[in-house]
Amino acid sequence: MSARWPTIRMIVNGEQRGIQAPPMKRLLDVLRQDLHLTGTKEGCGEGECGSCSVRMNGELVNSCLIPVLQAQGAEIQTVEGLAPKLEPGGTLHPLQEAFLACGGAQCGICTPGMLMAAAQLLETHPRPTLAEIREGLAGNLCRCTGFMRIFESVLAASTQASQPALRQAHHAR
Amino acid sequence: MRGNPETHELVAPGSLAAVLHLMAVEPGAWTPIAGGTELMVAHAAGRLNAPKLVSLWGVPELRFVHATDESIVVGAGATFADLRRSALITEELPLLAKAASWIGSIANQSRATLGGNLVNGSPAADSSPALLVYDAEIEIISARDSRRIPYHKFHTGYKRNALAVDELLYAVHLPRRFGHHRQYLRKVGTRRAMAISKVALGATAFIETGVIREIRLGAASLAAFPTRLHRTEDALLNKPITNDLIQTGRNAILTEALPIDDIRSTAEYRRRVAANLLEEFLFELLGVEKRP
Amino acid sequence: MSTTATTRIVGAPVPRKEGVDKLVGRAQYVDDIEREGMWHGATVRSTIPRGIIRSITFDPCINWSEFTIVTAADVPGKNHIQLIVADQPCLADGKVNHCDEAILLLAHPDKHKLLEAAGAVRIAYDPLPPVFTIEESEKQNEIIHGEDNILKSFLLEKGDVDSVWATAAHKIEGEYRTGAQEHLYIENNGMIAEWNREDGITVWGSLQCPYYVHKTLRAVFDLPDEKVRVIQTETGGAFGGKEDYPSILASHAALLAMKSGHPVKMAYDRMEDLAATTKRHPSRVRHRTALDKDGKLLAMEIDLAIDGGAYSTLSSTVLSRATLHSCGPYVCPNIRVRSRAWATNIVPYGAFRGFGAPQAIFAMERHMDEIAAAIGIDPVELRRRNFLHEGDANATEQRMREPVILDRLLDRALKESDYHAKRARYARENPINSVKRGMGIAAFYHGSGFTGSGELYLNSLAGVDVTVDGKVRVLVSNTEFGQGTNTILTQIAAEALGIDFSDVIMAPADTAHIPNSGPTVASRTSMVVGRLVERASLQLLAMLRDHAGLGGRSRGDFFAACARYREAHGKVESLCRYEAPPGIYWNDQTYHGEAYGAYAWAIYVAQVAVDTVTYSADVEDFWAVQEVGRVLHPVLAKGQIEGGVAQGIGYALYEKVLLENGHMANNQMTNYIIPTAEDVPPIHVIFEQIPFRYGGYGAKGIGELPHDGPAPAILNAIRDAIGVPVNTIPLLPEDLLAVLAARKCVEEPVAQ
Repeated sequence: MSARWPTIRMIVNGEQRGIQAPPMKRLLDVLRQDLHLTGTKEGCGEGECGSCSVRMNGELVNSCLIPVLQAQGAEIQTVEGLAPKLEPGGTLHPLQEAFLACGGAQCGICTPGMLMAAAQLLETHPRPTLAEIREGLAGNLCRCTGFMRIFESVLAASTQASQPALRQAHHAR
Repeated sequence: MRGNPETHELVAPGSLAAVLHLMAVEPGAWTPIAGGTELMVAHAAGRLNAPKLVSLWGVPELRFVHATDESIVVGAGATFADLRRSALITEELPLLAKAASWIGSIANQSRATLGGNLVNGSPAADSSPALLVYDAEIEIISARDSRRIPYHKFHTGYKRNALAVDELLYAVHLPRRFGHHRQYLRKVGTRRAMAISKVALGATAFIETGVIREIRLGAASLAAFPTRLHRTEDALLNKPITNDLIQTGRNAILTEALPIDDIRSTAEYRRRVAANLLEEFLFELLGVEKRP
Repeated sequence: MSTTATTRIVGAPVPRKEGVDKLVGRAQYVDDIEREGMWHGATVRSTIPRGIIRSITFDPCINWSEFTIVTAADVPGKNHIQLIVADQPCLADGKVNHCDEAILLLAHPDKHKLLEAAGAVRIAYDPLPPVFTIEESEKQNEIIHGEDNILKSFLLEKGDVDSVWATAAHKIEGEYRTGAQEHLYIENNGMIAEWNREDGITVWGSLQCPYYVHKTLRAVFDLPDEKVRVIQTETGGAFGGKEDYPSILASHAALLAMKSGHPVKMAYDRMEDLAATTKRHPSRVRHRTALDKDGKLLAMEIDLAIDGGAYSTLSSTVLSRATLHSCGPYVCPNIRVRSRAWATNIVPYGAFRGFGAPQAIFAMERHMDEIAAAIGIDPVELRRRNFLHEGDANATEQRMREPVILDRLLDRALKESDYHAKRARYARENPINSVKRGMGIAAFYHGSGFTGSGELYLNSLAGVDVTVDGKVRVLVSNTEFGQGTNTILTQIAAEALGIDFSDVIMAPADTAHIPNSGPTVASRTSMVVGRLVERASLQLLAMLRDHAGLGGRSRGDFFAACARYREAHGKVESLCRYEAPPGIYWNDQTYHGEAYGAYAWAIYVAQVAVDTVTYSADVEDFWAVQEVGRVLHPVLAKGQIEGGVAQGIGYALYEKVLLENGHMANNQMTNYIIPTAEDVPPIHVIFEQIPFRYGGYGAKGIGELPHDGPAPAILNAIRDAIGVPVNTIPLLPEDLLAVLAARKCVEEPVAQ
């Protein structure tokens, strides 16, 4: 049945992937169903909540609003690719470390999208102001934290990790 | 996910010529989709009435911002993130840069395009008031032709526009002659971010010795489509700015605005706030910072 | 006593127990789980608010043989959800009482075919006149529930209210209203069910209370305890919204699983979750208050009404908590509270953080500011003159036996917020500014744990055991949904046992493995269940000392003793059952006595700016000062307060449920507006700590408290800013315009 569909190639978390899917299938569903990357969540299906945020070619996007054909050839990064060498006792991204220390994650359902938005923010604004953090995360709804712990987490990650260190993507716990 | 992706065709020919060819061969059969921030929402809700879609995403000829002597020209495929990153826009067209920052969130701005915002034609479209008061022109293209029309004639009814079935919105031309105008733009949304506008008002005015020599007012959510407020402009044109004129302007906009009640606000609220926004702009012209 | 001892782990900011799993995307929420051969389920719902089901027909355009179809006739046991009163059907049988009531279920392997089929089920109704509001229900023209539309009523009386009015120096009346509120957990409700003849039913789902679901499934399927197994998956927010509803969804998924012979997943999308699941109860509270010439409360007469929706669900207990919180943290000798929950043809309202208290406290604290204005006293001073203190009795004549430090909290809040100086400055500046600023305050307490005898009825059992591979497991049915249950309870066990935080894990939230330590609700986890875990841990140490030669206090000594104990006795396990603190008296009939084991106390201050161009009120800054007993985890505790305050801000200024013919019309995130990262103000959280001797390591309840204070503090600040009382929430800009227009505070628009 999938032979009907074109093969779409993407680089997901640094790996070449090819999947056959209807071109109007949402990138979100391809990630979750075809590639079993269930870290990316669906909260609303209409681009409002940001739970499905991933990075595509260096920009933050809502994967629920992307027909997978438009991701042809793209580089995609999901939460699973934030700290690529994760093992028990392994490494976390500085943002993940900061969220853990500052209480940036509560129920955790918005967390993967929030982390991707924060990672995007730190790339464009390595030393963000609080106003820049608020704007950078405004598309990611969190209902648990009231955002204060998240702001603190992002600030902590931006000041702890100098930008070159952040670009290395992860550091030892 | 209520829509079934298997029931929609989507192609990505990759070049403008190929897209236009497709639309010429089967006029009306193909629905263009750019960043998907509108159509994919409809898709998820099971309301996407478009069996065949053609992707404009990644068509390089549509995604540009450049300047001529007279105009800044923005390709329909430029995203709002592109506009915010463009020094041309932020320096010369601050109202458009401001409007770009209102679009949803960072993730929406990286996908939503200027062309998509206009063709979708929401009465609440964030970019429209700025384009109206900058006196933008729309360049329309098809396999057979290309033409230009004033933006304020682009919308022809609720979610209707001047495009023929084989035509695409190609670019928006913004004249570079508003540098000495007083400029104003304010959106009143449901919240500070991720907000659909309840009412928005843009204004540009050229003032000479206390007299309004030129004025444009552009509004969102005061009619079935984004619109210039010509009658209110007329009531203010060539008049000295006084407290009385401010009241005249209020009365004019309260009469001209024809908003509706909907799920996000009320007609009454929209009319009153529109009048307050106009008043705020006119007080700025008068040199008074805030209305007491 | 543990409450004063220095601690190693309790009180320390240890990392959230399941934090790494959540941060790397590894945590498994229900929609992340697939089962072999799994089908999907869908629900066909009522499109009318009230009526008789005349017929159900199936459009022949669908090949129905591919589908499993379930109706009320397929329910093997009782067709009722088992909450307090079993009046809510699992599937509508012959009649419907609200829009979006479940009538019929479908299952199919292909989700897309399922949606098409659901649209091809035709249901014909004989409509009946619906009742949509408290006022319509009170009129009793249409009787939609029982004999009088009353789901539950209470009468709380103290002293002699009627004797006071004739001589009181001041008498002030007011009416206050609150709207429905959606939880808007970011993870929708979802459930997977499996069935086979040998094992019975197993469900995996997003839920707060495994044993609530267990109880309903036993009844709906007429199965014994051991044939029903409920497993909580990682839960993406709940706030009370996954207290009652999962019992319905689990029943639906399980009915489809049993009939189809396949595992069935039912994962709601946002539109369905918003339209069909519970919300916070709307309320209308009328106050009539008498004071003496010095501003001391003499009498309070309160008429409290909540809209319960179409079925009883939890309305009686919500009403109870509202009643018990309706008089505020004040001394008043004469009180009468008459409260009723009214039935309407709306989706049943359910549990939501605060559980009736936010509604009652909004009214009381808004009313206090109107009293202050009416009698010309500063609102802060009026409160101070009437605060409860240690030794005083509250409305139920519960004597405050623990320290009460409202004055201290108030002083701290005023100082931190610079309240008086700001008020004075705004009073000077507002007349010349289009943005008017104001400061508002709310004083309140929140009872921890179940009301009255509730904790005794729950009879909770909790404990710890030690696994063969050397891990201590906390055995509770209390679940993690973001608030920190896993972390807090493992901290307590590790502390009490003298071992490391990493030595302790949570037993899986699976009714096959855990005792019933009650539901995860009512701010009871830290205080009540935490105490049980603490006791069970201490009991385990005693067992090891008495029977396994535990001598030293090191971690090594502990695990060595566990190994010896296991050799002698097989397993190492210690369970404790709830015991009420001594001297507790509660009368459920007269509503007198110790309504709650403990209270958390708070003073919240809001700084608000009202823009007279847009009629929008904006919270610019917020201070939350509280005493919640011992703070077990400083970061998690702050997160609880900040999150509750943000929800409370949404409740006050953003979140409106729009009903059209009883159906939620704005059932999309685009149109149900909650605060974003750009909308929340800085939230300053301050704890004063007075350990509570009967709570887990001194803790009292914390989770619900922060939702109680923001709405009244904000509306009081708006009153301060614009000088106009606004007594209804949510207060959207359109609503503020309407209030101002009605008072002729805005210019009249010209006629069109």
